[in-house]
Amino acid sequence: MKKRSGTFYLLLVPVLLWLVMLIVVPHLDMFFRSFRFETDEGAMIFSLNNYLAFFEDQIYWLTFVKTALYSIGVTFLAFVVTFPVAFYLTKVIAKKYSSFMVLLLLIPIWIGELVTIYGWMILLSDNGVINNFLINIGLIDTYLPMLYNNFSMTIGLLYMSMLFMIVPMMSALESLDDSLIEAASDLGASKWTIFYRIVIPYTTPGIASGGIIVFMLVIGDYVAPNILGGKSSLWFTEQIYNKFLATFNWNEGAAFGFLLLMLSSTIIWIALKLTGQKLEKVGS
Amino acid sequence: MKKLVLICTVAFMFIANGAVAKNTLRLLTWKGYAPAKLVKDFEAETGIDVKITYSNNEEMIAKLRATRGGGFDLAQPSQDRISFVQAKFPVYQPIDFSRVNTGQLTASMVEAVKKNSAYDGKAYAVPFCYGTTGMIVNQKMAPDAKDWSDLWNPKYAGKISYRLKRPLLIATAFGLGENPFALYNDINAYRALMKRVEKTLIDGKKLVKNYWTSGDTQVAIIKSGDAWVISGWDGKGWSLHATNPDIDFIAPKSGALGWIDTFAIPAKSKNLDAAYKWINFMLSPKNAAYFTNKEGYGTASADAIKYLNEDIKANFSRSFPPEVLDNIKWHPPVPEGFETIEAKVLDRIKAAK
Repeated sequence: MKKRSGTFYLLLVPVLLWLVMLIVVPHLDMFFRSFRFETDEGAMIFSLNNYLAFFEDQIYWLTFVKTALYSIGVTFLAFVVTFPVAFYLTKVIAKKYSSFMVLLLLIPIWIGELVTIYGWMILLSDNGVINNFLINIGLIDTYLPMLYNNFSMTIGLLYMSMLFMIVPMMSALESLDDSLIEAASDLGASKWTIFYRIVIPYTTPGIASGGIIVFMLVIGDYVAPNILGGKSSLWFTEQIYNKFLATFNWNEGAAFGFLLLMLSSTIIWIALKLTGQKLEKVGS
Repeated sequence: MKKLVLICTVAFMFIANGAVAKNTLRLLTWKGYAPAKLVKDFEAETGIDVKITYSNNEEMIAKLRATRGGGFDLAQPSQDRISFVQAKFPVYQPIDFSRVNTGQLTASMVEAVKKNSAYDGKAYAVPFCYGTTGMIVNQKMAPDAKDWSDLWNPKYAGKISYRLKRPLLIATAFGLGENPFALYNDINAYRALMKRVEKTLIDGKKLVKNYWTSGDTQVAIIKSGDAWVISGWDGKGWSLHATNPDIDFIAPKSGALGWIDTFAIPAKSKNLDAAYKWINFMLSPKNAAYFTNKEGYGTASADAIKYLNEDIKANFSRSFPPEVLDNIKWHPPVPEGFETIEAKVLDRIKAAK
């Protein structure tokens, strides 16, 4: 084996410290905690009860199913909304403009999620900018309820995660040789055929990695569902938060956290299988 | 290699410890409880730096529990959330009342807080301020909203909002004509009452515009006209009244819910001197009056009333004539296990259609 220099180890230490102390140790702690259960007598025992609680009470798994379905939906919407943008920025517009446009896309990320969400509240509220505008131009007479429902929650989640979909797709699209598209169109392929026979298969790894990032971000988000979502939008993360903060039941909270991790990983695994992707390829 | 890891670990711990300089006060409190002007005065007077972390009751307990009472020198939980926490996770230390200038405090309030925060014969809190949870009403749009039951009154469909937390469950019980505090020694009766509360709130859910989640969203939803009848804190209602006279705080007929927020000292407080100095500083009549004039909440400082603005005094007399004042339902300490029942109820209401 090649002998490493002292500098190599010196640089390795902070990375290892970071990984072990801030990621591995807390996760292990939470993992063991999730199996500890307080009996009625107050004794701590090893038990699967914390995990069983999830399946026994339908409110928990129903919330999880809702969270998962919405996350899949938002991920799909993010793809639909951002694919044309990514295509336009990489293939249609001149290179010198496109980097400026990408910068414009990045700006909302500089602002915190919370601030962005309050911005959406100003736009969507009953007496907000959009309603006022629509009433003033005479399109509607009474305000449309746009805030505090699933619509506003979806918008918030979509807005927050869109960029993470665009960037991987753009890098995939950039490496797509334009002559492939030209050749196809010379051979008489329609625009639609080019799109789903050439562009989509070629960019699938980018779409998949963007999709994974967006899905994980959305399913683990707390702020947007909590503030924009309104009265029925219980998100699974909110239940984990409640376990820790309202009932002080950290053991059950830890178990729910691991369930979220396992269930979301499973969904991603299934999605990768269905689309015939490999995680290594997507990750690169 | 091993040696290097060791050195780095030691260095890391050293840095982590050194970051907390000797002369700082790390304060864990609510937004608005440490006005910038008072912090500046305190720093100038004592030479102590004040580092503030904003939080709420639930997060305060979680934060202190995670470090077993470390990380902060002084916290400000509500009085009803101290003794059961102390019994389960020892995160606080008893108050040394010889270091608190109790002469400047309202004696009855000190006694009440001492009693309610007691654990194992020792008192764990000094009162700081008090206020009530009641209703904030747009009186032009909903002139008849007078009691908690108006939070599920079909008359105000789509214009109702409240904070889906435990005070709401208690308020709903009072609105149903029950006294939940009387059941604090009978967990089964309490569970049955909570079942009724749950049904009332789920049935009334279609009338609700939204559940507000923070002081800011509370103000936003009624100010913007999105709601007319909301649950809310008196100080917030009064400050809204100052900008829009249509909106005002109302003590519900079946009783506003009274809370007292306190000073409590975390078990591993590193700067006790600074903690006691801050307590005495904040409760001195002039400073306490500055806080009340600014935030609207009542103070435990006895002589602060001399320095209160006229409009602040008017708030109290307008919303709390004597008979209403006597009807305030003060939160008794929460018995252990009750929050678990309430959390489930809250979850089910939020998940309901």
